[in-house]
Amino acid sequence: MAVLVVADHTNAALGEATAKTVAAAQKLGGEIDILVAGQNAEAAAEAAAKLAGVRKVLLAQSDALGHQLAEAVTDTVMAFAPGYDAILIPATSAGKNYAPRIAAKLDVNQITDVIEVIAPDTFVRPIYAGNALETVQSFDAKKVITVRPTAFKPVPGGGGAPVEAAAAAATAGREASFVGEEVVKSDRPELAGAKIVVSGGRAMGSAEEFHRVIEPLADRLGAAVGASRAAVDAGYAPNDYQVGQTGKVVAPDLYVAVGISGAIQHLAGMKDSKVIVAINKDADAPIFQVADYGVVGDYKTVVPELMAALG
Amino acid sequence: MKVLVPVKRVIDYNVKVRVKPDQTGVDLANVKMSMNPFDEIATEEAVRLKEKGVATEVIVVSIGPQQAQETIRTALAMGADRGILIQTDVDVEPLAVAKLLKAVIAEESPNLIVMGKQAIDGDNNAVGQMLAALLDWPQATFASKIEVSGDKASVTREIDGGLQTLEVSLPAVITADLRLNEPRYASLPNIMKAKKKEIAVKTPGDYGVDVTARLKVLKVAEPPKRTAGIVVENAAALVAKLKNEAGVL
Repeated sequence: MAVLVVADHTNAALGEATAKTVAAAQKLGGEIDILVAGQNAEAAAEAAAKLAGVRKVLLAQSDALGHQLAEAVTDTVMAFAPGYDAILIPATSAGKNYAPRIAAKLDVNQITDVIEVIAPDTFVRPIYAGNALETVQSFDAKKVITVRPTAFKPVPGGGGAPVEAAAAAATAGREASFVGEEVVKSDRPELAGAKIVVSGGRAMGSAEEFHRVIEPLADRLGAAVGASRAAVDAGYAPNDYQVGQTGKVVAPDLYVAVGISGAIQHLAGMKDSKVIVAINKDADAPIFQVADYGVVGDYKTVVPELMAALG
Repeated sequence: MKVLVPVKRVIDYNVKVRVKPDQTGVDLANVKMSMNPFDEIATEEAVRLKEKGVATEVIVVSIGPQQAQETIRTALAMGADRGILIQTDVDVEPLAVAKLLKAVIAEESPNLIVMGKQAIDGDNNAVGQMLAALLDWPQATFASKIEVSGDKASVTREIDGGLQTLEVSLPAVITADLRLNEPRYASLPNIMKAKKKEIAVKTPGDYGVDVTARLKVLKVAEPPKRTAGIVVENAAALVAKLKNEAGVL
């Protein structure tokens, strides 16, 4: 058994999702290699080589790989695929983009968003936004698996695997081309991977109130900002803040829901959080049924008190 | 330019999902079904391309039971021109869906496929990318903005922490994310008009595609239930609990 993990990285740095995907790969058993497909990605490759339990790191580099374009990553992985029984890819936005393309090229059905490895061919994955967990057995000879990073603990560092230069596949010219990128330079952590998330709901009443109340609390906690669909639909918060079935699924250590009633579709996006706090003036709001700690009261008084108590 | 939009009939996003007691799946009996929300966004985008004069025809394809005709009618009422139902009661996996769509594309020769990034039942987020792979077409997933000019499309995509812009030469597959647009509600006259639009009914066999499952579902279980915690008196008590009991601050 040999497993290839395709690294999540930004060229300059290795994403934490990679170490978590290696942890999932260890549960499959066998030798584990990591492919870093990027450009000027030596630093990411060296970080990957330090992960415990890795046999070797393959570093493939080209302009197209530098932007993680799906066509280029797929063609590069395809060159190595014959040597592996399973290809594991972190279910980050980059991984989700290219993994199914690799699966289809190999004529296998992808096993998506795995949260538990039961056997090398049997996995647990969430469906219906986590409202049900499906145990599936794959009949494909070669497995293409995306791994939900929040479900696995990262493997430690301390390893010393060799880094080998590997060939980047030349693409045939039928690929998308990179035009530009606009990464928001925010001091706040990214919503999907944040350890703490503070979300606001429709009770905010306006975009101004959302900024005034939710953002300072998030900044005080070093948290990412989220919102319910109701708040997004009402225009209080941008759509990429949305936590829920049709937005982002998050599982932080602490999730603070302010003025969110707890509609099913919102709960689907945050109920795997370790600790949930709800602040709502309606004691019967469904959010309290999933919250570990609740404060029944108007956010207008509770949030300032909370800021004061945090010091 | 023809635009093809695949749409899926799924459990309505506002319905509480219940796992069957025998753990064989999710209970879909007497449950409200709707068009997958991301497919509504894709349909809206295709209809807007037609309204702008970029697209000449919008074709909607669904793979599913006979009732998926209703989902196609919804898209027709939004402004799509005609529909194709590939009727099957089998739960068709993403790879087989992509193969069926490839076969439809071979017959219809559309220049652009716009589809939802994922269905909210299986949550695979796979068919668009798989279809692009099988066709060897460029892909632009998780689109929040699409601008078509001539034989190219500029697509702004949602990536972790921001946006990326790609240019794809057509034909191409584009998958829709939430921010792409806000789908319209169909007006009553348009709902009436949609009843007269054509829906061709086919089967997977008509396209010679093997839809045998590659994955066997061993069981479907409820996730571990959260139990309601405690209500604390005030913010100070909350902070104390979070620091001392939960250890998250």
